[in-house]
Amino acid sequence: MFPIEKIRADFPILQTKVYNKPLVYFDNAATTQKPKQVIQAISTYYEKENCNIHRGVHFLSVKATEAYEEARCAIRDFIGAKHAHEIIFTRGTTEAINLVAYSFGKKYISAGDEVITSVMEHHSNFVPWQQMCLEQKATLKFIPLLEDGSLDIPAFRNLISEKTRLVAITHISNVLGTINPIEKIIAIAHEKDIPVLVDGAQSVAHTTVDVQSLDADFYCFSGHKMYAPMGIGVLYGKEHWLEEMPPYQMGGEMIKEVFFTHTTFNELPFKFEAGTPNVEGVLGLHTAIRYMLDTGMDRIEGYEQELLDYATQRLLGIEGLKIYGTAKHKASLISFLMHGIHPYDAGMIIDKLGVAVRTGHHCAMPLMEYLHIPGTIRASFAFYNTKEEIDRLVEAVVTAKEMLL
Amino acid sequence: MTISEIEAEIVSEFSLFEDWMDKYNYLIELGKSLPVIDPKYKTEQYIISGCQSQVWLHAEYREGKVVYTADSDAIITKGIVSLLIRVLANQSPKDIVEANLDFIDTIGLREHLSPTRSNGLNSMIKQMKLYAVVFQQKYGERS
Repeated sequence: MFPIEKIRADFPILQTKVYNKPLVYFDNAATTQKPKQVIQAISTYYEKENCNIHRGVHFLSVKATEAYEEARCAIRDFIGAKHAHEIIFTRGTTEAINLVAYSFGKKYISAGDEVITSVMEHHSNFVPWQQMCLEQKATLKFIPLLEDGSLDIPAFRNLISEKTRLVAITHISNVLGTINPIEKIIAIAHEKDIPVLVDGAQSVAHTTVDVQSLDADFYCFSGHKMYAPMGIGVLYGKEHWLEEMPPYQMGGEMIKEVFFTHTTFNELPFKFEAGTPNVEGVLGLHTAIRYMLDTGMDRIEGYEQELLDYATQRLLGIEGLKIYGTAKHKASLISFLMHGIHPYDAGMIIDKLGVAVRTGHHCAMPLMEYLHIPGTIRASFAFYNTKEEIDRLVEAVVTAKEMLL
Repeated sequence: MTISEIEAEIVSEFSLFEDWMDKYNYLIELGKSLPVIDPKYKTEQYIISGCQSQVWLHAEYREGKVVYTADSDAIITKGIVSLLIRVLANQSPKDIVEANLDFIDTIGLREHLSPTRSNGLNSMIKQMKLYAVVFQQKYGERS
């Protein structure tokens, strides 16, 4: 039995009432809620451990530095990286991708080169590449989709050319829920020695990720979508790429020696961590990972799939409702529209009934254009959600439909 | 009726509703009954930026008054536009420019909109007033 009562009790915000109704939180793909263990870790840090790391010789600094570096090792193990120094702390997925777009782009991409991404990308795995390509006079190419919202792999093969320098692809679509066959994509790209960056923002909280068995060159994710605080994220990069790439931001911590005329840079991972880091975020992330591992990634995944199946079946029972994203391998989120109803209208009424869903383009405007829709209503689940809550969503959707049609 | 008289009328209508679902139902009805805009104005040029759902607004000057027509692809948004049109249409540009539109806060509309929708509402009001400013300058003091 999945210990749902115990888990729910760990997330204080789930007791909140909105508009006098118990909150149903189905906007987990935007950000997840935090367990009290994570909240506690942050307060404990500021109450008992706060100080700047890697700099002082005093007691607190040594302790905080140890805790910070222990977290790096825990993340290495969590995603199956080879070395702790392949784990770079960033503000989030967005910054991790920007780092690679800037640094890798500067060194390896020049006029006439090509980068491949897909039409299903979140803006954060789209705009950095688009802008970098514009700057370097390179071309950005897009993998199209099949009818069910999965990637067209033969089309991807055809996009690869002698000029391709990088493939940047999401692991799980934040709109369609599609779990992309990234192992296969990476294998195809590696046939031609093309490195692959994976946007893992939607995956690390929901499934086990092993960057070495995937053979990903870069893997990025955000803490706040995996029960950790906001403002902390991770860039994993294979050692040799990170060694070769130039620094992204300059300042303290990332230097070895500074002279009036030049500077030598610190070794990995510090070369990419300029300035005072987000220590509370790193410790919170470590605690969140511990929480997930204690619950069990396989159990989380199994339970969330159950929620997905139940919600899919219940929502499809509503006449005129269409689900966008029906791939065989899907993560626990559902995007849908009702015939003749604007997603904003439905979203407003669903919200008034105490159910938090997301409406709009979900930071994937190119995908909306591709699908010819103004946006969708998206319900995204986490392991603290229940089938009873899905019933509340279905009731709310039916009410919205009755009011709006 | 003056702008403030129409505002008072709307405030009293909304006071009859017990909860926000009823108010939404009313906005939806208003949205459905908003007169259709001439399709030639449903173009990029007439879109109000800042709205997450699309809103098209057109205004013209007739015998000292401003006549608005509008449309939206979202029905609740259309209901909100319809309230604004009811208050501001067929008024002089001067009165429109000077209108406080207190009824929006009195009926609690803004607090029941998400921040993005609230910004959209501001954009709508701004655009309606902009038309009035232009007519005021074009047709001078007699407006």
